[in-house]
Amino acid sequence: MILGIETSCDETAAAVITADGVVRASVVSSQAQLHARYGGVVPEVASRRHLELVVPVVEEALAEAGVTLDDIASVAVTEGPGLIGALLVGLSAAKAIAFARGLPLIPVDHLHGHLAALYLAPDPVEPPFLALLASGGHTLIVEVTDRRGYRVIGGTLDDAAGEAFDKGARLLGLGYPGGAKLERLAAGGDPGAHAFPTGMSGKPGYDLSFSGLKTALRYALAREPDADHADLAASYQAAIVRSLVERTATAVVDTGATTLAVVGGVARNGALREAFADRCRKLGVHLALVAPELCTDNAAMIASAARYTDPIAFPGYLRRDAYATAS
Amino acid sequence: MLGAGDVVHVSGELGVGKTVFVRGACRALGVTGAVTSPTYTVGNLYRTGGMAVAHLDLYRSAGVTVEEAADLEPYFDGTICFVEWPDAGAGMLPPARIAVELRVGEGDARLIELRSNDAELLKAIADPLV
Repeated sequence: MILGIETSCDETAAAVITADGVVRASVVSSQAQLHARYGGVVPEVASRRHLELVVPVVEEALAEAGVTLDDIASVAVTEGPGLIGALLVGLSAAKAIAFARGLPLIPVDHLHGHLAALYLAPDPVEPPFLALLASGGHTLIVEVTDRRGYRVIGGTLDDAAGEAFDKGARLLGLGYPGGAKLERLAAGGDPGAHAFPTGMSGKPGYDLSFSGLKTALRYALAREPDADHADLAASYQAAIVRSLVERTATAVVDTGATTLAVVGGVARNGALREAFADRCRKLGVHLALVAPELCTDNAAMIASAARYTDPIAFPGYLRRDAYATAS
Repeated sequence: MLGAGDVVHVSGELGVGKTVFVRGACRALGVTGAVTSPTYTVGNLYRTGGMAVAHLDLYRSAGVTVEEAADLEPYFDGTICFVEWPDAGAGMLPPARIAVELRVGEGDARLIELRSNDAELLKAIADPLV
C-alpha cells in the first residue's frame, strides 16, 4: 500500500491507497476555519499548521485504512509546485517516515496528482485524453498520452479560474474565499444581464485570461452601483465558464480527443459541470469527472500519481528539495 | 537597474493590473515562461540566466509575523523580489528599493507612481521618459 502526503497549499492531507488504486483512507484537514479567523490564508500560519497537523493527519489516515506502517510499501509526497515552507513540511515528514522504515520515497508533481485522481478505482480513466485542470492556484489545458505525465498545451496567462471566482466574490462583497458563495448568488441571477468579456476569445492557441474579466466586474460595479448583484454574479460566472468551455472545446476539436477530463477544485462548480456535459454531448466526446472530494487538494491523488512516478530507493532521497513554481 | 537583493513593492486595488505590471518587469528581466498570479501559491520563483526573480503576493495574509517572515525568506534570498499587496509585510519584510503604485485613470488609462529613497534610480528611470 502507498501512503500519500500533500501540504502544497492550504490543506494538510494524508491518504492510504492500494497499488491498484483503491482509496482505503483520504484525510483532509481543512484549515478554512483557522484561515477565516485570521482573515485569509497567512503564509506561515499555513506552514506552521501543516507542521502541527501532519503527524495527526497521517495517523488518522492509517487508522481509518485499518493499517499500520508495516503495511506501507512506499511513501508519496508532493514536492511542488507550492509555497516552499508548506511543501517542506510534507516532504520532511515523508522523508522521515520512509527513512525510518527503509522505504522508497516517491516525489510527486502536484498537477500530475490532480490528473491522477482520474486513475483511482472504481472507474479509472484510460489515456489518451485531454484535460482541463482548474483550481485556485492553477489553470491548465493538458494532453495526456500515458499515466506517467502530461503535456501542457494551454494555460492561464494571469489569474487561475478559482482565483477569478474568489476575487469576483470579494469585489461583490461576499468575503474571501467566496467562490462557492458566488455560485450560490449566481443561481438567482441572469447570466445574460451583463456582457462580460471572454478572455482570449478568438485568439489562436489554448491560453486563458481572467484578469480582464475581474477588471470588467470592477468597472461595472463602479458604473452601476445599484446593479443587481445576483445578475452580476451570474454574468461573471458565465464568462468564466464560457471561457473555460470555449478554449477547452477548441483544443478537443483540434487534437481529436475522444475523452475530456475536468479536474481541480473549480470542477466542483455546478454551472461548469453542466456546461461541459452539454458541450461534450454536442461534440460526441466522453466527459470524465472525479468525485467532488477528489477535485480539491487531497493526498489520495498524490498517492495515485506515485504509481506512475519513478521511486527513489532508500536512502537516496534525503537531499531531495521542494520546488516553488511549475517549470 | 535592479539587482539581487532588490525589493519592488507593487500596490493598487483589485483588478488594477499589478500582475500585468510584474509580468512586464519579469519579461524585461528575461523570464520567458508564464508569469501568473501567486495569490494562492503566495510566491513564485523564476530563474533566468543566473538571475532569480521572485513574485510574492500577500493578498491572503492579514499581517506578516516573525515566523511568517522566516517562511518567506527564500523568496528574498539573492532575488529581485516583486511584492504585491505589500502592506501586510510592513516592517517585517525587507524594505523596498522602489515602490510602484497603480491607479485607474480616465477610461482604461493607468497612473503609475514610483517612490524610492534612491534618487539616482528614479532619475535613471525618469530621464529616458522625458
